[in-house]
Amino acid sequence: MRYAARKLGTLLITMVIVSLFAFLAFSLITGDPATKMLGTEATPEKVAALREQLGLNRPLLTRYFLWLGGFFTGNLGTSYSYSMPVASLIAPKLPVTLTLSLMSFVLIAAISIPLGVRSARRAEGRLDAVCTAVNQLLMAVPPFFSGILFSWVFGVLLRWFQPGGQFPSFSREPGKFLWYLLFPAVSIAIPRIAMTIRMLRSTILREMNREYVRTAISRGNDRAGVLRRHVLKNAMVPVVAFLAQTMAEVIAGSVVVEQVFGVAGLGRLLLGSISNRDWPVVQAIVVILAFWVVLATTLGDLLSQRIDPRLRLGGAS
Amino acid sequence: MKKRILSFLLLIAVLSTVLCGCGDGSAAAGSGSAQSTGSAGAAVQGGEITVGIAQDLDDSLDPHLAVKAGTREILFNVFEGLVKPTPNGDLEPAVAEKYEVSPDGLTYTFTLREGVKFHNGAAVTADDVVYSIKRCADSSEGEPLVAAFSVIQSVEAADSRTVVIKLSEPDNEFLSYMTTAIIPKDYKDEATAPVGTGPFKFVSRTAQDSIVLEKFDGYWGTPAYLDKVTFKIIENADALLLALQSGSVDLCVHLTPTQVSQLGSGDYNIEEGTMNLAQALYLNNAQAPFDNEKVRQALCYAVDKQQVLDLAFDGYGTPIGSSMYPKLTKYFDDSLTDYYTQNIDKAKQLLKDAGYPDGFSMTITVPSNYQPHVDTAKVLVEQLKAIGVTATIQPVDWNTWVSEVYTNRNFQSTVVGVDASYMTARAMLERFQSSADNNFINYQNADFDALFQQAAAAKDDAQRIDLYKQLEKNLTEHAASVYIQDLADLVALRSDLAGYQFYPIYVMDLASVHYVQ
Repeated sequence: MRYAARKLGTLLITMVIVSLFAFLAFSLITGDPATKMLGTEATPEKVAALREQLGLNRPLLTRYFLWLGGFFTGNLGTSYSYSMPVASLIAPKLPVTLTLSLMSFVLIAAISIPLGVRSARRAEGRLDAVCTAVNQLLMAVPPFFSGILFSWVFGVLLRWFQPGGQFPSFSREPGKFLWYLLFPAVSIAIPRIAMTIRMLRSTILREMNREYVRTAISRGNDRAGVLRRHVLKNAMVPVVAFLAQTMAEVIAGSVVVEQVFGVAGLGRLLLGSISNRDWPVVQAIVVILAFWVVLATTLGDLLSQRIDPRLRLGGAS
Repeated sequence: MKKRILSFLLLIAVLSTVLCGCGDGSAAAGSGSAQSTGSAGAAVQGGEITVGIAQDLDDSLDPHLAVKAGTREILFNVFEGLVKPTPNGDLEPAVAEKYEVSPDGLTYTFTLREGVKFHNGAAVTADDVVYSIKRCADSSEGEPLVAAFSVIQSVEAADSRTVVIKLSEPDNEFLSYMTTAIIPKDYKDEATAPVGTGPFKFVSRTAQDSIVLEKFDGYWGTPAYLDKVTFKIIENADALLLALQSGSVDLCVHLTPTQVSQLGSGDYNIEEGTMNLAQALYLNNAQAPFDNEKVRQALCYAVDKQQVLDLAFDGYGTPIGSSMYPKLTKYFDDSLTDYYTQNIDKAKQLLKDAGYPDGFSMTITVPSNYQPHVDTAKVLVEQLKAIGVTATIQPVDWNTWVSEVYTNRNFQSTVVGVDASYMTARAMLERFQSSADNNFINYQNADFDALFQQAAAAKDDAQRIDLYKQLEKNLTEHAASVYIQDLADLVALRSDLAGYQFYPIYVMDLASVHYVQ
């Protein structure tokens, strides 16, 4: 219970600090929202008048605390570009990015764990060397590049989906929605699958060289059984931490991939809003992302503790 | 062993390169004329299309307040003024049925057309017209929304079908500004749910996704062919191409020559028009060394316009010599295009005379979101090397460009395209007066100012045209900037579509687009 309360506290504090930093960052970036809204019609007088109207002339901290107050009462402000409440702008995009990230994560976990174990078991040999090389190559494939490639191969050549087509809505066509998101999810997943396989392989191999493994085998246990029952648990701890970090990073991958596939998600909105100096929207999304990262690492911690009781009891690992 | 891995890797590398390089072949070029072309065949009423656009309409949708050119070109389908532009560069009556100008040029009387409706069903009355024009002429908060409306003295509804506008001084191009949108007097949501009188009505806008327009059945004029147009926002240039190739987008305008060459053969036609802007290396006349006319002229002599077109645009584009684009045929002075032909020796001599025998260094600030301008700058850097000028490109994002370069005039030089929101020669030239608010290049020339005043007051059409040509010549002779080209506007449309028309201004007219049998 105390643990949960502490974690919740950490979450809130992190979100507040991140939002404060974001707020400060906006004041450093050149180009203010008023100038952007007026564009080429901007004159110094018009800009000043608009700034006054938007409340941009009040001191920084005043504006920040006003925003913070609004945030805790559910009022995220109004978008400068679209003149819509930020909450209704973000609401339809949130499940999209969430689904995309979760799908990527599931793909990463589901593919890299069995393959990582396999690769550790079959270590040494020519096949292994080739696989390692291919792995190395795939680690370097940026999601953006593979995204365009997939769009072309599966979209234009094979016609399995239509790039740039009307993005299916989750409520009306859940099947099509998931199918459409599969391709961007794969693009994001590929480099991370490769990294996770490599990591799992090296941790397993390291564990297999330990004393207790040799003891267990000398007492008649077969290698596969030892791997399954003892080694895997120990090897998984760093990998779980890595996967938690990946969960948080997958959001970053989605930002780029959303552009390529025309996915109506948070990433595109974030990029567009930064470019438009639409600070209320950027602020809200940044805080959501902070929440996501802390949540992911917390879940990772919890899972690690389940696997390794020593972490739970606070002992040395 | 190692060799096998190496060859395997090489195979993958080659495969990926080959796959990316695929899709070449020359574009299936259309007839390339400026008028409506496309597949021949009987026009079909109805149907829906998806248009791919590269930027979101994250702007006010209110036609009087919309700032971005990309927003306004789409709103062209939703709104009309008392008159509207035609593809030939003329003005035809729209909301007004006819108009009269008094002999002294101070009174304009517009008779409204019967049966014009707004998209919400309300009939257009003289009060709506008066409201719209007054709104744009209101100078209580500084500059009026339409700068030319500062000469309006009064706007009144003489009766329910007649509007009388009185000017404080005659303005021979006033009618061109009567394309200002007419909006309903009591409607509050123009910024997010616009209502106008055009052939299409606004249906919805989903942020960063799409905008939907539908045919307006109560339109007074020739109804649009298409029932529905969806504008899909695809910011990424490659993704836009893939959408075209996969069939999810039917029409796409403002394509770059690179995109066109990547499209390859397929079931679409490519049509070529012009963007109707003046792309130039704009020089800040208030900053040394560009305050020296000889230096500016030297840069003009150093640049080979055709080479820019060939290297950066596959040969597409039309070279220009001043701040005027060819489609405004009445005013365009062809002779100015070759006023400065590339002459490295002359350029070097001019630099020497100006006191820069060893050249100098300069910065070219470019808006990084406009690839054509970035590419042009790259070619210019190379060309300027020949005369000893070392130019560095400084890419900035659009908003920074607008605030630093355009508003604060904090730059040395920039490559950008300047267009006109109204179909007048004046719109392309008025910014170069010394005292103009938007004189971002700080051009100061007393002759120009004097000529401009004369042109604005000219009574005679021929006299006015001549004066405007003299103004263009002034800009060229004094090398206000290094003028390069009017960019080509490349349009891809599916081969079962036709009717896309190019205008002499930046609009995307969808009323004439139709399916063919």
